[in-house]
Amino acid sequence: MRIAWLELRRRPGRFATATVILTLIATLLMLLGGLLDGLLDGSTSALAAQRGDVVVFSDTAESSFLRSRITAEQRSAVEGVAGVERVGGIGVAQLGARVPGNDDRDLVDVALFGYEIAPQQVPDPPAPGEAYADRSLESGGVRKGMTIEVGPQRTPVTIVGWVDGLAYSGQGTLWADLATWRDVVNQNRPDAGLGPDVVQSLIVQASAGTDPAALAADIDAATDGSTASLTLTDAINAIPGVEQQSSTFNQIIGVTVIIAIIVVALFFALLTVERTSLYGVLKAVGATSRTLFGGVVLQAVVVTLVASLIGATLAVALDLAVPPGGIPYTLLPARVLSSVVFLLIAAVVGCAFSLRRVLRIDPASAIGSAT
Amino acid sequence: MNSTGTETAERPAGDAELALRMTGVRKTYQMGDETVVALDHVNLSVPRGEILCLLGPSGSGKTTLCSIAGGLLAATEGEVVVGGQDITDYGPKQLARFRSETVGFVFQAVNLVPFLTARENLLVVDELGRRVGRAARARADELLGDLSLSDRAKNLPSQLSGGQRQRVAIGRALMNEPQLVLFDEPTSALDSKLGVQVMELIRSEMRQRNTAAIIVTHDERITRFADRTVHIVDGHLDA
Repeated sequence: MRIAWLELRRRPGRFATATVILTLIATLLMLLGGLLDGLLDGSTSALAAQRGDVVVFSDTAESSFLRSRITAEQRSAVEGVAGVERVGGIGVAQLGARVPGNDDRDLVDVALFGYEIAPQQVPDPPAPGEAYADRSLESGGVRKGMTIEVGPQRTPVTIVGWVDGLAYSGQGTLWADLATWRDVVNQNRPDAGLGPDVVQSLIVQASAGTDPAALAADIDAATDGSTASLTLTDAINAIPGVEQQSSTFNQIIGVTVIIAIIVVALFFALLTVERTSLYGVLKAVGATSRTLFGGVVLQAVVVTLVASLIGATLAVALDLAVPPGGIPYTLLPARVLSSVVFLLIAAVVGCAFSLRRVLRIDPASAIGSAT
Repeated sequence: MNSTGTETAERPAGDAELALRMTGVRKTYQMGDETVVALDHVNLSVPRGEILCLLGPSGSGKTTLCSIAGGLLAATEGEVVVGGQDITDYGPKQLARFRSETVGFVFQAVNLVPFLTARENLLVVDELGRRVGRAARARADELLGDLSLSDRAKNLPSQLSGGQRQRVAIGRALMNEPQLVLFDEPTSALDSKLGVQVMELIRSEMRQRNTAAIIVTHDERITRFADRTVHIVDGHLDA
């Protein structure tokens, strides 16, 4: 092991090619992960931030906020279910907004939420006509204190503060009280015809020890099947495109890991071929195949760690360079860690292809040979 | 100093006095349907401290004999005892341990680890053998001093002359205080003047440590540095 370590320190150039290629792969892996998380964040973060365990839609809504309507009667039925701690109405309107200072045709896409239970990072509902804005809207010219006009009917909404990292269907969000949301919907989508107590959906907090999936079933039973309730996780996954995005990116990430395995396997197989004579001598003086293979694994792991470190630095630099509302890119520590773990597994698996060659080196080859 | 051709390959002695005893050793290889006999019922004893020259042409079986004596190859038949250890039935792991603790090798191409200094090349054996840490470093420094290489301890092999590299290889072979050192054509890569110097060094180091050595060569001039010369032809030892 010490010999392998000294070789790394004294002949770093020998490992430069593998390090550069693995750095590119590590960077690509983290970029792909960051883009996936960014896209998912952009689609789901507003829902993921909800302080609830179950999301109640109407039975014909097919898990879509826009199609869902929950009446006051249904809400009462839900509130009466055992295991329900707290219920809050929620609704969303996806519209274009005119921002002072922007061209009249330069609309900023917004998803205006009306809410009762404050999601994570969002204060309690502001006064009617006011909203908190996701900071990504800043890139569209939105400023705190500004009154923007939402929808074709130009419903005024005043921005009273910022929230961070809350998007829905790729749009920056506005967080207002339910009355403001109803005004915006009724003014700009007259066909929606929302009554004073109607919401699109309910966020339900379960009491301690209650299983959310069981509670969802109980709620649907209590409303005689007029609701279709999902756990928060299922509701997030039901957002159109989320599963498809995850599946596509995970396949690309999988292929990238396979490429990393091939790179490590080829590089260390070549290195092992080059070292056949040296390994023969070391075996002759008492080294075991295990010791020699351990050295190969150590070198692969160190090269991979160095590559991962550089890759992570580049990925973090990109994360810092991307302004909110720019490309959908979110680098999470768990994503960096999982990428490093994938690469380390790839390094060890890649090395395994050299094991047979190391085992086959005959210590007797060291003697009677002038090469 | 040396007597060639007139002695028997076998010297009667107890295993305690012997660095090597090979009895009825046979080694065969399968080449397709044909069985090639590399060594044919060889009997050879080397007492402690003796320097034995194993002389023979290419393909005579001298390398095979040396490999079996050093635990690099297993004999097809016969018994091999080195420094009182019967290695006949040792498996690969036991042989690796035996090689790291009981024998030393000096290879034809020297084969030092190119990215390690002279001192570290000696300490390679420390990693694989019984000496550890401070004791190994002290042993390496002592050997480098004995081999007049103290001022070259931190040099890489590429910064050493051919003779110096050969001396480092001798030091590496002596690191584990072996019972037996096997030299494979130790002067073949050196000019004749340097070859003589190296052989004198080998002789003096082996003498000083009362360590037995087998020097495999096809160069008759080497025989004068040995206590005894054994010829090998077609896998048979020739007295």
